[in-house]
Amino acid sequence: MKSSVIVFPGSNCDRDVAIALEKYQIKNKMIWHNDSSLPKSDIVILPGGFSYGDYLRTGCIASKSPIINEVIKHAEKGGLVLGICNGFQILIEAGLLPGVLLRNKKLRFISKNVSLKVTNTQNQFCKNYKDKSIIKLPIAHNEGNYFANNKVLKEIEDNNLVAFKYCNEKGETSIESNPNGSSNNIAGILNLKKNILGMMPHPERLIDPILSGEDGSLLFESLNKL
Amino acid sequence: MKISATITLKKDVLDPQGKVVNQTLKNMGYNNVVSVRQGKYFEIELNESSKENAKKIVEEISNKLLANVVIEDYKIKIE
Repeated sequence: MKSSVIVFPGSNCDRDVAIALEKYQIKNKMIWHNDSSLPKSDIVILPGGFSYGDYLRTGCIASKSPIINEVIKHAEKGGLVLGICNGFQILIEAGLLPGVLLRNKKLRFISKNVSLKVTNTQNQFCKNYKDKSIIKLPIAHNEGNYFANNKVLKEIEDNNLVAFKYCNEKGETSIESNPNGSSNNIAGILNLKKNILGMMPHPERLIDPILSGEDGSLLFESLNKL
Repeated sequence: MKISATITLKKDVLDPQGKVVNQTLKNMGYNNVVSVRQGKYFEIELNESSKENAKKIVEEISNKLLANVVIEDYKIKIE
């Protein structure tokens, strides 16, 4: 299993992701955003951070980087693509996932651990999670309020493309357990072919008990076995 | 040629910043303010003499980069 982590000016979770991949024996290469060729990879990861200082719109400038054309080609061939936090925002701006990520409803940057329900385990990223299991992962973002029109939302729900939903500790997805105002409590979505996942929470930050939890491990473990 | 593009959130998209500005204006005593929408403004200088072409280019730029047309509208003005 080989991976490429794309590094943009302003990425700050790239090395955390690399460490997580290494821990699960995935051979990783760091790829600079200005490169125009992608090494042979099974998965491409767009890490979190503040690419280009969030100029214009979050993820917007990064989505026009030379390497993104290669990432789109890789995705079209069925290759796996994972976007975490700012990476999710970049995937949306690149048109690889539908909808948009708006500013958090209460206009505050949110940095805390939240409960999530794994709502789709029939995909390469989440297959090691138990269906409907409740996990805890950190979120750290200002623009994570997922928004899409009713037609797109219906398509996403009807095709079961929501991978993670914000919930409380009992697994109830209510307004109270929605940290940022996302439509339908959406924290992460897949494309129709389920080879692209975009998510706001950070699995790479919880891969070791010493970091206060391991709920992110299962995602990297899922990737390990193709 | 100078052209400006104004980007605002679509009507049905929540604009929390605009809402806060609106509320603050009311708190300041401007009771006749009905609503405020916050947006972005771009001044673009183009090396182009035809107004028609210039408008076309800025429309393209707005669609591709300046605005996210899922949630934003743009208005173009040739000066």
